[in-house]
Amino acid sequence: MATTHSRRNFLKVSALSGGGMLISFSLFNLPAEAKALDDMIFTPNAYIKITADGTIVLFAPNPEIGQGVKTSLPMIIAEELGVDWKKIKVELAALDKRMGRQTAGGSGSVRGRFTELRTVGATAREMLTTAAAQQWNVPVTECTVENGEVIHKASGKKLSYATLASAAAKLEVPEKPTLKDPKDFKLIGTRVKDVDAHHIVTGKPLFGIDTRKEGMLFAMVSRAPAYGKTLGEVNDAAALKIEGVKKVVKIKNAVAVLATSTWAAKKGRDALVIQWNANEKLENSAEHFEMFKKALEKPAPTEPTRNDGDVEAAKNGAAKVLDVTYEIPTLSHGQMEPLNFFANVKDGKVELFGPTQVPGAVRAEISKLLGIAEENISISSPRQGGGFGRKLMTDNGVEAALISAEAQCPVQVQWTREDDMQNDFYRPAEMWRYRAALSSDQLLSWHQSGIGIGRGVRGDSYVAGALTNYRAEGQGFTSNTPTGWWRAPGANTLAYVAESFMDEVCTALKKDPVAFRLELFKKAKEQTVGKINYDPEKYKSVVELVAKMSKWGTKTPGVFRGFSTWFSFGSYVAQVVDVHMLDGQPKVKKVYCAVNCGRVINLSGAENQVQGSIVDGISHAMFPKVTFVNGAVAETNFNTYKFLRMKDAPTEIDVQFVESDEAPSGLGEPALPPLAAALANAIFAATGKRLRKMPFAEQLA
Amino acid sequence: MAAINLNVNGKTVSVDVDPATPLLWVLRDHLNLVGTKFGCGIAQCGACTVHLNGSAVRSCSLPVSSVKNNAIVTIEGLSETGDHPLQQAWEELDVSQCGYCQAGQIMSAAALLKRNPKPTDQDIDNAMSGNICRCGTHVRIRKAIHSAAKTQSKN
Repeated sequence: MATTHSRRNFLKVSALSGGGMLISFSLFNLPAEAKALDDMIFTPNAYIKITADGTIVLFAPNPEIGQGVKTSLPMIIAEELGVDWKKIKVELAALDKRMGRQTAGGSGSVRGRFTELRTVGATAREMLTTAAAQQWNVPVTECTVENGEVIHKASGKKLSYATLASAAAKLEVPEKPTLKDPKDFKLIGTRVKDVDAHHIVTGKPLFGIDTRKEGMLFAMVSRAPAYGKTLGEVNDAAALKIEGVKKVVKIKNAVAVLATSTWAAKKGRDALVIQWNANEKLENSAEHFEMFKKALEKPAPTEPTRNDGDVEAAKNGAAKVLDVTYEIPTLSHGQMEPLNFFANVKDGKVELFGPTQVPGAVRAEISKLLGIAEENISISSPRQGGGFGRKLMTDNGVEAALISAEAQCPVQVQWTREDDMQNDFYRPAEMWRYRAALSSDQLLSWHQSGIGIGRGVRGDSYVAGALTNYRAEGQGFTSNTPTGWWRAPGANTLAYVAESFMDEVCTALKKDPVAFRLELFKKAKEQTVGKINYDPEKYKSVVELVAKMSKWGTKTPGVFRGFSTWFSFGSYVAQVVDVHMLDGQPKVKKVYCAVNCGRVINLSGAENQVQGSIVDGISHAMFPKVTFVNGAVAETNFNTYKFLRMKDAPTEIDVQFVESDEAPSGLGEPALPPLAAALANAIFAATGKRLRKMPFAEQLA
Repeated sequence: MAAINLNVNGKTVSVDVDPATPLLWVLRDHLNLVGTKFGCGIAQCGACTVHLNGSAVRSCSLPVSSVKNNAIVTIEGLSETGDHPLQQAWEELDVSQCGYCQAGQIMSAAALLKRNPKPTDQDIDNAMSGNICRCGTHVRIRKAIHSAAKTQSKN
């Protein structure tokens, strides 16, 4: 399709995208021969395809990693286009420069594309309506659309989009199509099941791991067994003797074994005899935490990110000073689908297919490394078995391309779980020291200071803006253990510490945790100290809603509650966690969650994201950790890197969204950050034990 | 390599493989039944769950040579048209997020319902705790199992 489009149309598109719209291109003004070919297909832009046989395909532009955008993004188009959702087809789009930011990260897919995709749908709807009006010789204003048809009520005439497609394709693309009044939304805000639901439950090939292509070999790779080690001598004699093994190739700091089956590749890989040399310090988690502790005893060497009033002076005359330290381990991503990628480097061209949250970055890096222009590299992604930030890194795609280039054949690289966990870009370990000065009934100052592996910790909390004396400091720590983005980066640890500490403050002041936070939001609104980066009213909206949902303030025998609230990725979330004691151990019984994320697109998907984030939050607060021992990862599979199981999961998670007419904000991440503190606060209520170190299960053992 | 006969989804098939190959990889690489997923390789996550004579087993840790002529059912063979009550309930309740673990979840749940048509929450905890869902769809999985149990009892 792309090759049939004239340069003139493409340029027109660029101008539009410069103006903030991403309407891509149209088929008008095509050369005659291309027109003949495409006459029967109406492609008003890269997101919609309407063919004369009645097929309507909507393209989901962003990677689907389980956050539901293969369903929610096309829903936005379909709403404006006016089609029957049950009759359309949805496909994931390949990487395509007409489609803007094709990334899954920062909870940005829906919030970044809401207006754009509405415009996309409205554009096509207007062109189809105009085509019908012209055919009937009636004013456009007398025509309406419904379920893929243009209707002229006065005459009772109807024409399907399929019938109108070729005529519409010849029309000028409207510059500013009229968007629907949100009051008239029929699809947006309803419960729509995942477009792949049937394929998922029947086991159809959907994922990168299911890729099978002509002439392809399966590959497994031997990578450094510890951070700080590099590749030395390689003996592949035994590997090459294994039946099915075809080739062994070396790439940078790794050796790949290619075979006719995954099992043969694995056996071959395991039969390699490799000398790994320690050229750098081999680090230990225990040392990381010792260094953190020492660093936090001294004043931070970095400038504070926020410094209102004077936190030191506030201690003078304080009735009480709290000074506590929180400890957070390194985490792996552990997405269910172990990494994999297909690559075929051949005759100066590259074909790539596999799981990534950043197809553009994978292509750019491969282009640079192989010296092949980006236009000769095609990349698309299947549905992905989880992301959680792991595939914001490009290593799995890049490695596959390097192996294919070296081995000169199409290759599907498959990682084992152990490969995945030992070669991650981890959620960095952190330590935080929090101090507060209290009068007999007031919070006088708040001082947070943190340190973490890699780029270091940052961020503040809603206390900034509500309190006269507030100081936040953060510092990094150089290490050769790699760090990366892990669902709700920064927020997921910061919220745990800040909201647990807030509970400590409330306990010391004998204040109700909900009422005390509402007091702070009131102060932030009415007597703002410096700048605030949040809306106190929206915070209040979720805190009040969750208090109502959970009947906060009432007591149920045997049930202990914790509260927490956090703002991230544009959305506000408040949670109440109910635990009860089972065989001396706290178990989460029910979670209440209120969310203000602007307009909800797919109610079923949105609720699923929130429930999932809550379970994810419980799981990672309670169970797993990564320990570096002499540069190697000690927890290499799910027998030692533990996730929550069905028996540990709450039986009920009650989710409500604050009704909002505002554009959607993020939802793939925001419900995760507050959970750990709400859980820790509930466990404190149940046991009197304040959990200042993760994972909690170790602390409770 | 050895020629091995298997009974998969009601059909007899023959494969020529290393007898130590886990059943999972025989299904995926040799029989092109890719609905059964690889998650951990050590029977810890349940993504590879299939039925062996009606019981849920982890195919990643089962050498193909040990299967003999026991009947294997994979997600592809659970029902003719994807209309097993569990598959229907999973769709109806929109259980999946990424979807990767769900074939294994459904196979574990199907084995449970076969031996226990009216499972309690406790029964579900016991039967489903061998399956990991990293996306956290547990609440909906539990509901879907209860819902399918109800449907089955009506039929």
